[in-house]
Amino acid sequence: MRIKTGAVAGTLESSDVYVKVEPSDKLEIEIESVVFNQYADQIRETIQQVLDQLDVQAGRISVNDKGAIDCVIQARVETAIKRAGGEN
Amino acid sequence: MRRSMLFIPGNTPNLLMNGDVLGADSLILDLEDAVSPAEKDSARILVRSVLKKLRYKGCEIIIRINPVETDYWTRDLDEIIPLKPNMIMPPKVSCAQDVKTVSEYIGKLEEACGFEKNTVKLIPLIETAMGVENAFQIASADERVTALFLGGEDLTADLRCKRTKEGNEIFYARTRLVCAARACGIDVYDTPFTDVNDLEGLYADARFAKALGFSGKASISPSHVEGINEVFSPTQADIDYAHDVMETIRIAKEQGKGVVSLHGKMIDAPIVERARQVIEMEKAMFGEVEDDE
Repeated sequence: MRIKTGAVAGTLESSDVYVKVEPSDKLEIEIESVVFNQYADQIRETIQQVLDQLDVQAGRISVNDKGAIDCVIQARVETAIKRAGGEN
Repeated sequence: MRRSMLFIPGNTPNLLMNGDVLGADSLILDLEDAVSPAEKDSARILVRSVLKKLRYKGCEIIIRINPVETDYWTRDLDEIIPLKPNMIMPPKVSCAQDVKTVSEYIGKLEEACGFEKNTVKLIPLIETAMGVENAFQIASADERVTALFLGGEDLTADLRCKRTKEGNEIFYARTRLVCAARACGIDVYDTPFTDVNDLEGLYADARFAKALGFSGKASISPSHVEGINEVFSPTQADIDYAHDVMETIRIAKEQGKGVVSLHGKMIDAPIVERARQVIEMEKAMFGEVEDDE
């Protein structure tokens, strides 16, 4: 899936994550999290899984995590990418 | 056993994550009124993702989809049915055809997923004047329908009257739904009591619903779940009496007696049926109990 435009998903509420997706020539992932020191690698891995599933090759993915569990991060990233790809 | 049903907004991670510790027998994950049109896609994907990951131990999962007159409901089902929820709650059901339309679509998805036919059940939400008048047809429209649910807020808007705590304005709808559901041998659930801070009012409303014949009641607040469970559970006296009835029947059968009484009151078929229902509830609440028969 190609990221055609900027899109966001999620919120800054506790247990949620705010995801911003923008077009880019390369794949970039930026993570800000209340549990960055403990879980940054896991969050990155979770985001990468969604990017692989949706076959996203390029784009800037920024997440501001407020303590979301994996399935919430997956859902918000998927939503933002699908919005950016014009699917929703 | 389904006494309490708790609505959880479908786009709220912190509530979705903790749904099964709130004490409700059923969780209604809501994709309809609790989600704004701009967030329908987000909620649908979140609920699907959460259902794939979380187990919700001891809780039945019901998904309230969007109404059939919208463009959302098929997309809701496309995402959710593969996760095999216990039940789907279609809202604003006004006639038997609404139920058939949803059921047919679920059937196609079930087949595509390799599920047994009619795996996913339906609990139509009746919240229009037309729906109330068609309650029996809705209840008997399809094999998937295992319960009816009354929605008091939308109904009173449709009736053009004010929703009150006393609930006189929905009395006819309540009794009509109970009668329709019981005539079809299915359960029936009452509308939430919406004043979250009025626990006394909640108890009174739940007791009244139980007295009318409702199987249980929904809630929009976790703080109402305990009260609803209490009201719709048999008391210890009910349980003891039910066992006494079954024991009396057992002894009468052994002795070849046709007519029996307990505490000076004749035991007839409806009393035995009520005793059986109480013991079923006891089993559901506390696990297996010793059979009296």
